Amino acid sequence: MCRLLAITSNKALSPMVALEALDVMREGHDGSGVGLFLRDLSGPFEEMKDAPILSGIFTDQGLKRLDEFMMDIGFMTKYKLSFKLPKASPPGVPKRDVYLVRAYEYPEDWEDLSRSEIRERLLILRLQLRKMGEEKEDMIVFSLWPDTIMIKEIGDPLAVANYLQLDRKELAARVILAQGRQNTNYAINLYACHPFFIQGYASMTNGENTAFIPIREFLASRGFHGYIGYQSDSEVFTHILHYTQTRLGLGIESYKHIITPLQDGDIHDHPNARFLKHLKHSCRKLIIDGPNCVIGCLPNNTVFMVQDRKKLRPGVVGGREGIYCFSSELCGLDAVIPDRDKAEDFQPMYLDTAVVRPDRQEVTLCRQTDPLPLPR
Amino acid sequence: MQTDGPVTPSTLSVKDLPWQILWSKEKCSLCGRCTAVCPVNAIELGVFRKRVLDVSIDPSHPPSNLYQVYHGIRQKTDPAYSCVGCASCSLVCPNDAIFPMHSDEVDKLRFHKDRGGQPRRRGGRRNVAQSTLDQIKFIRISMLTDPALDAGRHEFELRTLLGRILPPEDNLAFLSENGWIPPVREIYPLIIGSMSFGALSPNMWEGLQLGISYLNDELGMPVRMCTGEGGCPPRLLRSRFLKNVILQIASGYFGWDEIIHAIPEMKVDPCAVEIKYGQGAKPGDGGLLMWYKVNRLIAAIRGVPAGVSLPSPPTHQTKYSIEESVAKMIQSMYMAWGFRVPVYPKISGTSTAMAVLNNLARNPYAGGLAIDGEDGGTGAAYNVSMNHMGYPIASNIRDAYLTLSTIGMQNELPLFAGGGIGKNGNLAANAAALIMLGASGVQIGKYAMQAAAGCLGSESDRCNICNIGLCPKGITSQDPRLYRRLDVDKVAERVVDMYLSFDTELKKIVAPLGRSTSLPIGMSDALGIGDHHAAERLKIKYVI
Repeated sequence: MCRLLAITSNKALSPMVALEALDVMREGHDGSGVGLFLRDLSGPFEEMKDAPILSGIFTDQGLKRLDEFMMDIGFMTKYKLSFKLPKASPPGVPKRDVYLVRAYEYPEDWEDLSRSEIRERLLILRLQLRKMGEEKEDMIVFSLWPDTIMIKEIGDPLAVANYLQLDRKELAARVILAQGRQNTNYAINLYACHPFFIQGYASMTNGENTAFIPIREFLASRGFHGYIGYQSDSEVFTHILHYTQTRLGLGIESYKHIITPLQDGDIHDHPNARFLKHLKHSCRKLIIDGPNCVIGCLPNNTVFMVQDRKKLRPGVVGGREGIYCFSSELCGLDAVIPDRDKAEDFQPMYLDTAVVRPDRQEVTLCRQTDPLPLPR
Repeated sequence: MQTDGPVTPSTLSVKDLPWQILWSKEKCSLCGRCTAVCPVNAIELGVFRKRVLDVSIDPSHPPSNLYQVYHGIRQKTDPAYSCVGCASCSLVCPNDAIFPMHSDEVDKLRFHKDRGGQPRRRGGRRNVAQSTLDQIKFIRISMLTDPALDAGRHEFELRTLLGRILPPEDNLAFLSENGWIPPVREIYPLIIGSMSFGALSPNMWEGLQLGISYLNDELGMPVRMCTGEGGCPPRLLRSRFLKNVILQIASGYFGWDEIIHAIPEMKVDPCAVEIKYGQGAKPGDGGLLMWYKVNRLIAAIRGVPAGVSLPSPPTHQTKYSIEESVAKMIQSMYMAWGFRVPVYPKISGTSTAMAVLNNLARNPYAGGLAIDGEDGGTGAAYNVSMNHMGYPIASNIRDAYLTLSTIGMQNELPLFAGGGIGKNGNLAANAAALIMLGASGVQIGKYAMQAAAGCLGSESDRCNICNIGLCPKGITSQDPRLYRRLDVDKVAERVVDMYLSFDTELKKIVAPLGRSTSLPIGMSDALGIGDHHAAERLKIKYVI
């Protein structure tokens, strides 16, 4: 199993808080990799909320190619985070040339573009960079999006964090998703590391999606260029989330109705029975299976957790007004927010989606049997 | 044969026949049940002359011959009366004195079964026991990373959809705009395929209907049965059980006058309408009900005169362009029920199936495609069609699924596979393999006859006389003296047994694969086969 931890807090926190909590849960992951997603950034990035930030790993040659490419299309570096690495990497962590977190100025000819057009172009650009990197194996690109930083590496989470000196003051965020990886079927490839990201949507999973192949085939045949990759069976959770919200225009309350729909009898008794029946029929190929706990973040910084239909993976949410934490285990939650009302801790079950909205006032529970807030 | 008897080209010995009757003089009580029951009159009372030497040690008593007569069973060697191996004689023999044995070599009868220039016609399916489906293994077993589910205790949803499913974007948009959304049925993925009222006896049909009614109403399993091309009994058309029935229309249009006229009186809509363009057992050949079986009842339901053979044309001959014909037929059928009933075509497996599929993909009304592979069964067909025509279902259904996946319509046009499923008794394994190759469900015919009514037919050419209405079990006979052997309630009971055990076995397959929330359609990563070429062709794993 992998271990997951997500924090959403009014006060920006260092990613170390999440990584130390992951370390508390180390019995549950094998230290084969770590992934970090930081959103609602503070520090220097606070001043440039709209600037796209590129996160990735590059060789020296790759960085040169990146610079040339970005210059050509008019992207100017606005700010960059420099990683001065110790000479020797910790055991199990590969030696890399450059870990890159760099904010760009949009080219002049992008200034009049609509938000949706910019979203599309940023995705295309990221995919182009990914393709370039795959051709020469000199770039790995995790995200290219405003107010978003992603870091992934093979190795023990805490050792990687210390190596990259992630406790620096420039690096703090109000939403943090962190995953400690348990290596499974798929070869260790950084594109297989959680969290996964597409156009502002991110998610990470503890589990095994046994319906992966038909879902992958379905997403890949939607005619949307962003639905590629799938080095991990969990990447489809992020893309289904993106599909639910951007293509179907549905809210987070409907996500679980797509991935683990109610059984026919329960749908019959639901106030939105007709809608749910059609959703289940037409999205049948997006039904997941197997044990899965998914934690994700929406573009508006809403953080949520859903469980598979049988609730076969651990997951708990707790906290207090202003800070909430989603964790695979209670000890992870305790490490992040020890001073909370533990009686309020909640373990979402097979019908629940636990949501903390961007105002971080409370944990909202959406049960699948509840009426849906559908547009009229 | 007499020593001076004529030897004609078709003079055969018992040894030349496919089945030899073994009879024990010791055990036989000469009750005559076997000769009475034999459907093809292959055995008769034999009077045998036997010479016994009478040799005495008394020199005054010279040795002599004693001629005795004994009575027993004689097997006929005339090709018209050759034993079909059904073993009804064994079934009725009180002393187990008689049974047929399969010949140890290829029979000579096959060269003579065309008297009058009529090639052999028969029922059953392709006489080949081998099955590719049986070779497919389920290899993606959930182990420590995703524990296997409990087939007995966890909840499962193993239903499938029949009907045209819109892409999610369109479906939700049409829902909010009150647009037309094609009808879709939630059904159980094991369908009793098209066996007509006429091909089957009234008792068999009633038993099947009763069984699926019980499954639906008492056990909540939405099992469906297709009528085949023989119309539908009027009372069923006007009953609430019509919802369990898929009405088939084929090129002979038998029974459709009755069906169309019953529409205003129907209490419920039928599950769907299947337009038959082809059949796996005899691709490119039409339905055939031989005159033996066309009695007054069958003739009345089909709207034809009694006592004549009913060969349907090989195709629907109403339009000059098949594409146009399909489009118009599908639409007409939708219109008949106010666009509330899914309509889908059934074709035989063929290398041209993808062209049909692409055509249907562009037709917004097509509610699915059923493909019937070369191992499909039939009540009557030419032996040559059955044995040599057709396309294997596994690769045909796989190609169809991958074609749909390429154009992103794998959820929109459900595929149903038929032909040889459960041929060697492995119903759930064969069905699961086809589902994971891409079928939304499977259709069975012969397996239902074997499991629910004790059909004796086999791929070693046993029995297979469904065409002449002499079924020793009364399954495919229209003679009340034969079909009264079949107890309707017992057939229904066996249908229920068959479905319940299939359901458990299907769960025993999908649970270890970590699947329970939905039917694993297209879960090809779970499949493996020990034949490298088959693995490549089916795009599944090669495992040894």
